[in-house]
Amino acid sequence: MENLVQEAIQNVNLQAIMPSLILSGFGMLLLLASVFMKRGNTTPIAWMSIIALVITGFVSLSGWNNVQAGFAGSVVLDNFATFFSLICIAAAILTILMSDDYLKREEFPVAEYYPLILFTTAGAMWMASGTDLMTIFLGLEVLSVSLYVLAGYFRDQTKSNEAGLKYFFLGAFSTGFLLYGVALLYGVTGSTKIQKIAEYVSAHPDAVLNKMFIAGGLLMLTGFLFKVAAAPFHMWTPDVYQGAPTPITAFMSAGPKAAAFAAFMRVTIIGLDGMQSDLSAIFWILAVLTMTVGNFIALGQQDLKRMLAYSSISHAGYALVGMVAWNEVGLSAILFYMLVYTFMNMGAFAVLVLIGKKGEENLTLDGIAGFGYKKPVLAVALCIFLFSLMGLLPTAGFTGKFYIFAGAVKAGYIWLAVLGVLNSAVSLFYYLRVMVQMYFKEPTEDFAWVKINVSTAISIVVSIIGVLYLGIVPGTLMNLARLAGF
Amino acid sequence: MLDTYLPILVVIGIAFAFALGSVVLSRLIGMKKPSEVKLAPYECGMPLIGSAQERFSIKFYIIAMLFILFDIEAVFLYPWAIMFKRLGMFGFIEMGVFIIILLVGFIYVWKKGALEWE
Repeated sequence: MENLVQEAIQNVNLQAIMPSLILSGFGMLLLLASVFMKRGNTTPIAWMSIIALVITGFVSLSGWNNVQAGFAGSVVLDNFATFFSLICIAAAILTILMSDDYLKREEFPVAEYYPLILFTTAGAMWMASGTDLMTIFLGLEVLSVSLYVLAGYFRDQTKSNEAGLKYFFLGAFSTGFLLYGVALLYGVTGSTKIQKIAEYVSAHPDAVLNKMFIAGGLLMLTGFLFKVAAAPFHMWTPDVYQGAPTPITAFMSAGPKAAAFAAFMRVTIIGLDGMQSDLSAIFWILAVLTMTVGNFIALGQQDLKRMLAYSSISHAGYALVGMVAWNEVGLSAILFYMLVYTFMNMGAFAVLVLIGKKGEENLTLDGIAGFGYKKPVLAVALCIFLFSLMGLLPTAGFTGKFYIFAGAVKAGYIWLAVLGVLNSAVSLFYYLRVMVQMYFKEPTEDFAWVKINVSTAISIVVSIIGVLYLGIVPGTLMNLARLAGF
Repeated sequence: MLDTYLPILVVIGIAFAFALGSVVLSRLIGMKKPSEVKLAPYECGMPLIGSAQERFSIKFYIIAMLFILFDIEAVFLYPWAIMFKRLGMFGFIEMGVFIIILLVGFIYVWKKGALEWE
């Protein structure tokens, strides 16, 4: 007993959790500051949140090439965690930049919005650095609970309430699945540590035949697949993405999704390494299903946010192709792709934030008719992001998909890469339709309400730079992604 | 190992038998003189003022939620208090951080006006 206590105390390594610790601290401070400030004056909180995120980013850089394990090996700050932490931080900063004016336009500025984003990011980072299933679960909960609140942020709007409630119910159920899976895996392997599970799997080649192990593993994967919005667990995505505040939609599709992929990868690639052939068989079905469902349903969407929600499902499918490949190229391509996706998706949503009127009823295909003539600069920006989402040269979307499919080809899944490319071809249709609406339709509105403000402009410019930089010179970051991979 | 719990089981059994026996016996051999007052539901000795199934203020909901939150704090304090000497300074600081976090929450709900009844 005495030894256990001593061991537990000595194993604490605050360095390993420093980034999320700092971010949570800032979150609480800002929460406290918000109640002492004038109601509705959210701009200072927004800028302080950005400063907090930048500081956290620098702190998490300390984990690069300097592995810090803490709490008896249940959390680790390594290259992998750092890479994903930085993706989440970038997503959070871009979100906050586009939020400030958005909240004022919607006449609903509430200061708690920003601390909640910080808590979500802290949870996401926690998830990316968890090496124990319980730590991952903890991060997942911190992330999810804050996101439930953010999705239902406009409490006087029915569709936002619907988004919050749907996300909460389905999210709670999927968390239950995840937890039940963890419990069963613990029952079989005797540990919740990913490393210990891996040791069990390698020591018991017949683990695949153990019914409890299969049930546990599948339930746990279900929980993760729900969070990354992979078909057939994608049903919540369109409604939640449509009803949530637009910047939060952008954030959800980038930061938390990347974190879910991080935890998903760590658990499967390290923990279930011995079951690669069995899991690949599951993953390729999921990848094909996710890509196809996302792209084909997106074809019929009129609402732009809903269309981007289905597009985000299909992009999760592309990322899953990297999981099927299960080799160095494919896995580091997922890291790279998550970064690319953050920039191109956040950018596209930032333009939508500017186009929307109060209430955002006009964010439909008909609503943007002739937008290209009235606001040429913004329209070009949106086109760049759409080109990137399609995966065309010279944008980041192309390089991202290229690495993913290269990984699949290298692993011998040539037909899967072909299916992926065919899916990209299908996606051309609905992305191009947005452009057709912008440039080949007579304007029915003057878009006089569209005013470019500084902070949203910064987020758009940063996203464009990101998309073009990663598209034209992807080498540096791809190397970093390779160093961060397993 | 398990048989050390046998006395507890016996006590539980006796308690159940006594409670059940009293009720059953009084029903079997007791006198019955029902009146309107006797048959009315018992509510702390107060005269009945209406149905229990009515709407009540949402304020109770917030108070109940906050109560549970701060109640959990006390739950975590007990195991810490038992291990206080072994955990030493480290445990003390950790618990201090924990309580400060709760304090932040408390100041927040206070300033938000969640504790105002009117």
